[in-house]
Parts: sequence; C-alpha cells; structure tokens
Amino acid sequence: MIAVELFKLVRRLRTWLSIALICALPLVVAVFIAVTHLEPPPGQGSAFLSAVLNEGQLYPAAALALVLPVFLPVAVAVIAGDSIAGEASAGTLRYLLARPVGRTRLLIAKLVSVVAFTTLAVVAVAVTSYATGVLILGPSRAAAIGVTPGGITGAIAPGTGGAPTAGLQGGAAITSLSGAPLTFLELIERVLGAMAFITVSMLGVAAIALFLSTITDSALGAALGALAVLVASEVLVTLNAASTVQPYLPTRYWLAWIDFFRQPIFWRDIQRGFAIQAVYVVAFLAAAWANFATKDITA
Amino acid sequence: MITTENLTKRFGRVEAVRGVSLDVRDGDRYGLLGPNGSGKSTLVRMLLGLVYATNGSISVLGEPVPRHIGRVLPDIGALIEEPAAYPHLSGRANLRLLDAAGPSSARRTRRRRIDEALEQVGLAGIDRRPVRAYSLGMRQRLGLAAALVRRPRLLILDEPANGLDPRGIRDMRDLLIGLNASGVTIFLSSHLLPEVSALCTRIGVLDAGRLVLQDQLAALQQPTGRVLISCDDPERAVSLLDGLIERRDGADLVVRSADPAALNARLVAADVPVRALAEQRRGLEEIVLKVTGAGADQFGVPASGGPDSGDPGEIS
Repeated sequence: MIAVELFKLVRRLRTWLSIALICALPLVVAVFIAVTHLEPPPGQGSAFLSAVLNEGQLYPAAALALVLPVFLPVAVAVIAGDSIAGEASAGTLRYLLARPVGRTRLLIAKLVSVVAFTTLAVVAVAVTSYATGVLILGPSRAAAIGVTPGGITGAIAPGTGGAPTAGLQGGAAITSLSGAPLTFLELIERVLGAMAFITVSMLGVAAIALFLSTITDSALGAALGALAVLVASEVLVTLNAASTVQPYLPTRYWLAWIDFFRQPIFWRDIQRGFAIQAVYVVAFLAAAWANFATKDITA
Repeated sequence: MITTENLTKRFGRVEAVRGVSLDVRDGDRYGLLGPNGSGKSTLVRMLLGLVYATNGSISVLGEPVPRHIGRVLPDIGALIEEPAAYPHLSGRANLRLLDAAGPSSARRTRRRRIDEALEQVGLAGIDRRPVRAYSLGMRQRLGLAAALVRRPRLLILDEPANGLDPRGIRDMRDLLIGLNASGVTIFLSSHLLPEVSALCTRIGVLDAGRLVLQDQLAALQQPTGRVLISCDDPERAVSLLDGLIERRDGADLVVRSADPAALNARLVAADVPVRALAEQRRGLEEIVLKVTGAGADQFGVPASGGPDSGDPGEIS
C-alpha cells in the first residue's frame, strides 16, 4: 500500500507544482539580493540571510529558514488534509477499502506519503538553493559567517522564537554561529541535520491534518483546520502570558534547527523538538485511527 | 453466499435498513430492487464492511462480516454506487493501482488479468487515455473492469447500468450472464425494474428499509390461469367459450383457462381465426408495485403501461 501511495504522490501534478513553488521563493529572494546587493542587516530578517552575499554555500540554510514558517507547513497541511478526505470526496476511498486495504494500513501509508513529500520538498529546496547560492550569490569566496561575540549569539538564544541572523565577518573559513570554524564536511553534516529536523518538524502538522482528514470529507476544511492550529500555536509561542503552555506547542521548537550551526551543536532544543513532534504524531495518529477504524464510510 | 439476519442500520434517528434477512444462494443472479432511498446502498455497504450494522448479523462467503471482512473481500468484486477513479491517470493505471493496493494480488498475473477485464467490458484499446477524458459510460465500464480484475467469486454491483446507453446495458447483461454461467454469483441492486427482470433469477424488494419480498423470479411469474386471445371474430369466440370469458375489449379477450394449447385447438377447430394467443403471467412490475405501494415511475417504468406493452403479462 505504501508503494501505491508513493506512486500516487509522484504521479500528481500538484506534488511537483507545490515543490516548484516552495523552491521558487528562495530563488526570487536570491535574485533580489544579488541584483541590489542589499541584504538584511545582521540581526534582522530571516535567519542566515545577511550572510549569503558573501558565502553562497550558506544559502541552503537561509532558504530553509525562508520556507519553514509558511510555505512548507501550508503544503504539508494541504497534502495531509487531502489524504483521506480527498479520497472520500472523489469516491476512491470506498474502492480502496473494499479491495481490501485495511484502514490502519491506509492511514500509515498516507502518513508515509506525506513524510516522503516533506523530505522531497526539503531536499529540493536545499539542492536548488545551493545551486542558487553558488551561482547567483557569493560563489565560494571563502567568506565566513561569524557572529560578534555576545551580540548575535545572544539574540538567538535558544528558543526565543525570534529570527536569528548571522553577521558576516571576513575570514578564511566558514565559522559556526558560535564563532568556531566549521570545515566543509561539517557544514554538510549540519545542513543534513537541519534538513532532517525540519522534515520531522512538519510531522506534527501532518498528523493533525491527517486526523482532521478522517473527520471531514472536505480536504480544504482539514487543511485549513490544521493551519489554524499552527497559526494559533505561532501566536501563543510569542505571547509571554502563555509561557506555561509554550513547551507543548507544535511550533515551539521549529527554529531549533539553527542550533545545528553552533559549535558544538546545541542539542537540548533539538531533542525537545524531536520529542514534541513524536508526541503529536502518536497522539493524533491514534485519534485518527480511533475515528477512522470505526467510521461508517458513506461517501 | 450472502445471508443476513435481521440486519438493521440506524443513522441517528433515521432507520435506513430495518430487519433485513437476505438469502443469496450460490450461483444466483440476485436483483435487489427498490426505489431511491429505500436503503439499497446502505445494505450493499454493510455487506462490504464499509458501514457497520446497528443490529443483526451478516455472513458473506461463509464468513462473518465485518469481523473477517479482510478474508472475504479478496473474492468479491464490487461496484459501489458510482465508479470512482483517479482522473489524471489512465484507465489502465487506475486498474493497476487498485490491484496493487491491498493484500494477495498476484503481481505476476496482473497484466494479464487487467487485459482480460478491459477486454470483457469493451475498453480494450482506449485504456491509455486519462480517465478525465472518459464518458460516463466508459467510466461505468472501467468500474466494472475494476470489479473483475481479481476474478471474483461474487460480484456485488450497486446500480451497474447507470450511465450506460442501451447497447452498453445489453453488453453488460450478456457479460454478467456469461460470468454467472462460469460460476460467479451476482448480487446487484437497482431501481430499474426492466433491467432486473431481464437479468436476474432471484429478486428481493426493498421498501423503506424493509425486505418486503424475496423469491425466485420464475416462481413469482407463475401463470395466472388466464389466456389472452386476440381474434378476428370475437363474437363467435365469445359464444364458443361461453362462461370462460373474463373480460372483452374489442377483439381482445381474457379467458380463464390453464391450458392455452387446448384452447387454441378448440378455436381453430371451430374456424375462429386466432391472431394471437398467450398465457398470462404476472408481470414483475405488478408484483413489485403491489408489495411496495410505490409509484411505477420510481422503478424506471412509465406510469401507464409497461416498457413493452405487447407483453401478454400486462393487465390494463
């Protein structure tokens, strides 16, 4: 069943269209920066963006930071929200179940397919933005990102939720946010770690949208519902008054991937981010299963 | 093949199916008749494990459903209301996907089985077009092909003639009769009475969720003990058959007799020119309308007279 779902994923125009759109945003940003040579000053704008003009190889990190807050979760919510509700409204759900495809098996196959989509999107962003960074922005000028000690590092203290930036200092090697140098191999490792973390960060949204998708026959409703949860979470994350619930919000540790670019890697929030996503996946998958396994399929 | 005991389904306060005890036997071509909204689709969905019964029990192919639904479904081909397919994929790709979904589909024979099913429903050669470009009838044929791909022992078809033109309906009827001859049991639901009477050997009639009739079609259509005669000299026929005439309408007579051959011999011996003579049988329409109290138009039959008004079974 998983193979069937993956086949359906890659044969849908929507999949590639949304990935193309996700990849297009960093490209547009890169073109603007390259043409104007105006990058956001350190401490403002999206993470890493202030460094890319001098270090194109960092652009994948900047690009991921650009698509993470909106583009990626919207695409994931749309695809996960469509997974059961879309089949129900198209009428194919009843034929799948009468095949028979077990209901639990179908749910898991759908989730795997959403994960595959997210991975595909994150990899596509990383690859296209690496090419963009090297070709359009500073082509490996052996520049470095650095951080004024105590300045930027303080601004991106783990978990503030603010958009961290990396300042630029001339230097011979790429340096971490903490100022220590990173070899090229280390940089690759850190980018891969960040990609994995971002992919996992989308699992919570995916599970929520999947759950809503078993409740309604409207794919749009399920996607919008999941997005509403995310928006609410983003609002609460920045609200001091809500600090008691913040550790449990799905978007609370979304920015923890930046900690991969510290030397040494700052693991605490990364681990918490993984854990919170695991909790959301288990909880909402269980809810989806409980609802779907006993549901009358009348669509 | 299919038995249900006192099967009931409530959706909130609406009782869609009430105490239905179906009995579909091996080798039947069973037609479940009922007007729209009588509970046919809900019943079909319960047989396939899509909708859970509120009360009662179901057994399909000897296994309890929905408990062992996974064991029986591989042997069932189903058309559940409208056919459904992924519109951007070709008909063949849709069949391949559906066959690959779920357990126990022999991959080695997939291609051959798909070719065969497409051939059976008359879609061979146009199976590479995207389903988006299919007509309603072609989609219906594709749905039927999807039901046949696994070479099922039991076909459960909900309104299989939907969207088909007269030729398509005839093709489907021939196909189903052929499959039935090779051992496939067929259970179909329909609101179209002529379709059921032309195809089925056994019928059940559903009315407002209740099974109000279930019998062999042949048993239902017993001769009524009347003979319909049309002759050029009705006066002489009337005097000859004095006392047996039940009704006269111009040259057409309804005669009480259980032996049409003897009656014919008697008229011919008396030199009465007989134009037509036939044993009167009860029409399915009459039976169904009587048990349901539904209007003829709800069964796809024009309200006055039948679709084939030359039918000797017709009483007007």
